[in-house]
Amino acid sequence: MVTADKKHRVVGTRPIRHDGTDKVTGRAAYGADLRLPDMLIGRVKRSPLAHARIKRIDASKALALPGVQAVITSADLPNPADRVVPFGEGSSDLKDLARNVLAADKVLYEGHAVAAVCATDAHIAEDALDLIEVEYEPLPVVLDVREAMLPAAPILHDGLRTKEVGGEKGDQPSNVASHLQLKLGDTEAGFREADLVIEREFETKMVHQGYVEPQNGAAFWNRDGRLEIWTSTQGSFVARDQIAALLDLPVSKVRVTPMEIGGGFGGKIPVYLEPLAALLSRKTGKPVKMTMTRDEVFRATGPTSGTYIRVKIGAKQDGAIVAAQAYLAFEAGAFPGSPVWAASRCVFTAYDVPHQLIDGYDVVVNKPKVAAYRAPGAPTAAFAAESVIDELAQRLEMDPLDLRIKNAAKQGSRRADGATHGVIGNDEVLLAAQDSPHYRSELQGENRGRGVAHGFWFNIGLESSASASVNADGTVSLVLGSTDIGGTRVSIAMQLAETLGIAAEDVAPQVVDTDSVGFTFVTGGSRTAFAGGWAAYEVGMDLRRQLIERAAKIWEVQPEQVEYADDGVLRGPPGDDGAPRAITFRDLAAKLPKTGGMVVGRADVNPKTSGPTFATHIVDVEVDPDTGKVQILRYTAVQDAGTAIHPAYVEGQMQGGAAQGVGWALNEEYRYDDQGRMENPTFLDYRMPTALDLPMIETIIVEVPNPGHPYGVRGVGEVPIVPPLAAVAAAIHDATGVRFNTLPISPAAILDKLLPDGD
Amino acid sequence: MTDPIVIGATINGEATQFLASERDSLLEALRDRVGLIGTKEGCNNGNCGACTVILDGRIVCSCLVMAPEVAGSTITTIEGIATADALHPIQQAFLQDAALQCGICTPGFIVAAKALLDQNSAPTEDDVRLWLAGNLCRCTGYDKIVQAVLHAAANMRG
Repeated sequence: MVTADKKHRVVGTRPIRHDGTDKVTGRAAYGADLRLPDMLIGRVKRSPLAHARIKRIDASKALALPGVQAVITSADLPNPADRVVPFGEGSSDLKDLARNVLAADKVLYEGHAVAAVCATDAHIAEDALDLIEVEYEPLPVVLDVREAMLPAAPILHDGLRTKEVGGEKGDQPSNVASHLQLKLGDTEAGFREADLVIEREFETKMVHQGYVEPQNGAAFWNRDGRLEIWTSTQGSFVARDQIAALLDLPVSKVRVTPMEIGGGFGGKIPVYLEPLAALLSRKTGKPVKMTMTRDEVFRATGPTSGTYIRVKIGAKQDGAIVAAQAYLAFEAGAFPGSPVWAASRCVFTAYDVPHQLIDGYDVVVNKPKVAAYRAPGAPTAAFAAESVIDELAQRLEMDPLDLRIKNAAKQGSRRADGATHGVIGNDEVLLAAQDSPHYRSELQGENRGRGVAHGFWFNIGLESSASASVNADGTVSLVLGSTDIGGTRVSIAMQLAETLGIAAEDVAPQVVDTDSVGFTFVTGGSRTAFAGGWAAYEVGMDLRRQLIERAAKIWEVQPEQVEYADDGVLRGPPGDDGAPRAITFRDLAAKLPKTGGMVVGRADVNPKTSGPTFATHIVDVEVDPDTGKVQILRYTAVQDAGTAIHPAYVEGQMQGGAAQGVGWALNEEYRYDDQGRMENPTFLDYRMPTALDLPMIETIIVEVPNPGHPYGVRGVGEVPIVPPLAAVAAAIHDATGVRFNTLPISPAAILDKLLPDGD
Repeated sequence: MTDPIVIGATINGEATQFLASERDSLLEALRDRVGLIGTKEGCNNGNCGACTVILDGRIVCSCLVMAPEVAGSTITTIEGIATADALHPIQQAFLQDAALQCGICTPGFIVAAKALLDQNSAPTEDDVRLWLAGNLCRCTGYDKIVQAVLHAAANMRG
């Protein structure tokens, strides 16, 4: 299975992406770019209150406005059945999904959708929003995860009972949706063995993925009952399944065409607008397009959880970690489903710790329902665990990477979730970081500091389909179901080209709608180059089998006598003239039309797991003691890619993840007033890093091939956001001597600690 | 609704007339009235730069300009950067350096970079970072974008 030790022709090179020209010339069509004849524009009426009972909705004035065509409320949605819809990196109760798409009896967060309107023009639709009258009965709000867990807290869902460890349900209404526990060994005994125990509390705020393209969705409900959807989604099939479930339609009636997508990072897996556009289209008989404003994206899509985390780690004098304990409470937003399960499963997973106890709590609050965000749950968990490890290293007077190398999990190490590590590149990544030019350099200057941190992420496998047809000119048309967010057309096409022994440029990949390719799971979980590439490899092997048969037929020999070599040449036994028979892929393709017709290869793969991966980040900062501003001076990201299919896009994932993590560490946060109104729903006030805030980000790609993939791929997209939060905090500690356990470490937070009282 | 008004401007070198509402921003007019969808909306309040166009020689966020204001102006959008038969060196460099991932911010970056190189043929890394600080990219960490602009400048100097 593992072929990563052999020389590749295409894998590891840097061809220009196939969709590149469209994207640098403005021709690529994203969701908002869709134009259909007779298209209406829809908008959403949203709640100004974070928690309230809906008393009455009156749309009569809006409907009277010339140009307004229809208004819908939750009454237009079919009554959702009590069942669970699986979708990207989690699942959602159908009732919750329906209530999130359109509030029914209660609004649960500011921005919660209560109605939708469509009109002949965007300005009319906007004007109509003010004419939809909604009467509310305000209810007390709860915004903080710890407050929401208190028995006296305002309750969001009267029917919600805590699902306790072991599965039994609590008997009182609660905002704690579930309590999970992972246990390994005996932590009490473990901590008794320790020479040094450090326990710290950490707090992080809700943050947003910050994709630049707002959510969108267009629909045409045809009179034959077929529903067409166009949307920028991370998973067209998962969108289709959610839409079909919400509208109580068979999936065969719904076709989703994925438009180009302007970033997602997990946030474009749940549907928001698509079902509303569908209902408006059914009412009007016309196509309806909806696009969110940036304000709506912040208030009403799925950011990731604010958290409260307590971590306790015990180590021997020589640095051996003997016990670790974590308490993680995650805000799920208005409905259950935070990534606390993933955070719990990966908080200590990079290390071989014999005694572990991890308690996770999934808690609802009056904020938007969270969605996945790049390695969901892992960054804040790593912020806590890695910060304690950094302090351990300081107290034990050990190099912080030496301490991590001493405790690094290896093949066979037991994880808290019960699994054992397979072939992993944990040591290799840590050693590469320690050996990097950055780490070996000396950092000089006042108010400067260096930090390191390490991170783990699972990566997922799951289902991908592909098909490919050979053209007579020697090219191959490749059909994919995976939305291409960051260059996966090219990385999947490269794996087909490698399998066939042809050039990446001779494969033409395209992403198609849900009627035109087999089921393909979301672009998320770092799975697309992994599982999509695997499908492409199997397509290639299918084509190789068929081409061997064709060559055998042409040469009038048995297929077993024909070999398809990795250089794309088919070789057979010597012919009548005694010379060995050989034909290139291209020459054989030219003969296909007249020797029996063209060939099509297809594959569907469904690997249950992928290859886990690790990353170590090194960062140098300078802290301005007068303004509290932190400047990133130098940044290095080290990561195991398994095999880097297209190294430039692997570097791009590492750099982009690091940049998002820096923003999370230093500036990004949802700020709320005490009534649950978001105070910073713009890119001016929700401060993401700009080009001026970052240096070049150095990358070191480590390749420890994944034995569970034909080309050794592990998946690269998520783990680079895991270490930066802790790495930046460690660097700021090194520069200032102060440990910051609350994010973001904004200028105000720094000045608060650095300035003498009263300044 | 008030009646639409006729606006004349030179867009990507062509004298163009289009109808627009007085409520339309230049961004809305370009996308919905002229049909130039390459200019993207990321925030509609001037903070992300995805809708950057060159208006009479200066880069602007087209979401912050009202359509009636551009009567008589000269506008370059992403659709006007390449020639009929060749990409602009900045576009070439973006492809060569893998300077885009999702691509939604790319038109804005390329238009902004074009305006920079029009006035400074040899920018430093700091020049590029300062100039592009009004354009948000969430995918790349900016590294490869800055590299691409520097490479394009070098290629254009020959």
